[in-house]
Amino acid sequence: MSFLSAGKPVSASSSVPLMQPLDATMKKITVGSDGSMRPLIKATDMSVSHGRTAVLERINFSIQSGEIVTIVGPNGSGKSTMVRALIGAQPLSGGVIDHAKGLRIGYVPQRLQMDQALPMSVRRFFDLPTRIDASALAQVVARIQVKHLLNRQMVDLSGGQFQRVLLARALLNHPHVLILDEATQGLDQQGSAEFYQQIDTVRNEMGCAVLMVSHELHVVMSASDRVICLNGHICCEGAPDVVSSQPEYRALFGTGTLGALALYRHDHDHSHDHPGEHEHEHEHEHEHEHEHEHEHDHSHDHPGDHQHDHQHDHQPDHEERNSNSTLNVPDNLKSAHKGMPD
Amino acid sequence: MLDSFILRAALAGIAVAIAAAPIGCFVVWRRMAYFGDATAHAAILGVAMSLAFSQSVFAGTLVVSVLMAYLVSSLSSREYAMDTLLGVLAHSSLAFGLVAVSFLPGVRIDLNAYLFGDILAVDSTDLIQMWVGAVLVTALLAWRWSALLMVTLNPELAYASGLKPRREQLALTVSLAVIVALAIKVVGVLLITAMLIIPAAAARPLSHTPERMALIAVAIGVFAALSGLLTSFQLDTPTGPTIVCVAAVLFALSNLVYRTRQLLSHWV
Repeated sequence: MSFLSAGKPVSASSSVPLMQPLDATMKKITVGSDGSMRPLIKATDMSVSHGRTAVLERINFSIQSGEIVTIVGPNGSGKSTMVRALIGAQPLSGGVIDHAKGLRIGYVPQRLQMDQALPMSVRRFFDLPTRIDASALAQVVARIQVKHLLNRQMVDLSGGQFQRVLLARALLNHPHVLILDEATQGLDQQGSAEFYQQIDTVRNEMGCAVLMVSHELHVVMSASDRVICLNGHICCEGAPDVVSSQPEYRALFGTGTLGALALYRHDHDHSHDHPGEHEHEHEHEHEHEHEHEHEHDHSHDHPGDHQHDHQHDHQPDHEERNSNSTLNVPDNLKSAHKGMPD
Repeated sequence: MLDSFILRAALAGIAVAIAAAPIGCFVVWRRMAYFGDATAHAAILGVAMSLAFSQSVFAGTLVVSVLMAYLVSSLSSREYAMDTLLGVLAHSSLAFGLVAVSFLPGVRIDLNAYLFGDILAVDSTDLIQMWVGAVLVTALLAWRWSALLMVTLNPELAYASGLKPRREQLALTVSLAVIVALAIKVVGVLLITAMLIIPAAAARPLSHTPERMALIAVAIGVFAALSGLLTSFQLDTPTGPTIVCVAAVLFALSNLVYRTRQLLSHWV
């Protein structure tokens, strides 16, 4: 793999983790010459306005390696604008954004409008803008379960497949920070739970930082190290349990002190009572079909498939999955975060 | 019997087809057909100006086309849709160009040659300009190919990959203007957009990657240029429009083949 330091042998044996950790380059870009930690992305007094309307006002933000930060906020609160500004796609009306030198960003947009006029296979999409090393590709497509999609046209993918392909592409250049802008929009609850679980696994294996925008508060609360509550400005910010007890947060989301859990439970009940159940069933069948293809392709290669299948056999037990992902937050990352200066 | 003017015409047609087809793909992908029109129609203004100041037509059209291309690529308006603005610019620049030509004192020019092309009048200087321009444009596009694809697909993904979408777009804008200046003698300002988009559109049903689409578009463009030239010679028809007619027939054929194949695959 290209990012490993020279001389380190790369073997394809099964003892190698599916994703190589980022240690070498991450250290290079985040540790200063004096040994101090530098943030991957740092925004100082960042302001954005559309015409005369101020969308973001004096935002101060930074993200360190290995950290999972989530931005929550009501519609129109500037979440997507903030993400766009952080990747450099949004002109600022004030303030500065610093990227660590050599920073690689893996970006998964909210949605990607594919034009039928542009023929684009999934395989070709992965090679944009630079050609991907074959062994890196093999690892990522196996991990994100998109191998069976490689020869498909991008426009023919279903919503869930599309998001997985976007995630896979974001991971292919070994990002130091993975940025997800409501990446599960258009997925059902099962699909988005699986998507977040994949991100969690990836983060554990690669050690990249993750910045997400989400309206799915239960996911946010269980998986983040830090939550930023945004409404044009930063209302409050901190560890999930701290933020959910803040009056500013409660004013925006109107949940009780139990915050995330209460809201999550509500969501859960709601979907089961909902008459639109057949829609869900359809989606499951759909996914099953692809799973089947996938298994057919290379089930013997990757024992990890079994685990995935297992989840399908048990119909969505979100409670279990939710607590799983809480447990999955690695201790080393949490402690690493504590050791960093703010 | 290959007369030298036929040979020159063939070489000119090939140069324009090769350079126009890949740019044409981007015009199709980015929905820039009107953009091409505006740039091409402005060239007639360039013709008028170069004749008025006794400069080379190639230089005059190149300058005006670059200016126009740059102007339309930086356009944005809240009041009008983009295609409205481009339509206004495309047609008014054509009208102003035609009026300006009529003001030229003492010059009797063959307007048809500029509107529909005059490929049989290509001389060796034109030919050198065309091939140098075609090679430069193709090289620029090949160099920026992946970056331009990324920007076309999604500007935010491009930003996240460290690209500068505006800079990439500028490469496309300048290339388009150069193509216009090159193609004016071959197909004329009114049909330049056709040489850009018809080969690309004909290649679409036959392609599953952008590169394949560009290559097939080049092949279709070259074939249309050569057979259009020969056909016009045989039938004594205007060459530029004949080339475009052949390209249009190829477009219909490629779609016919594609749909037939689709129908068959449903049946079998």
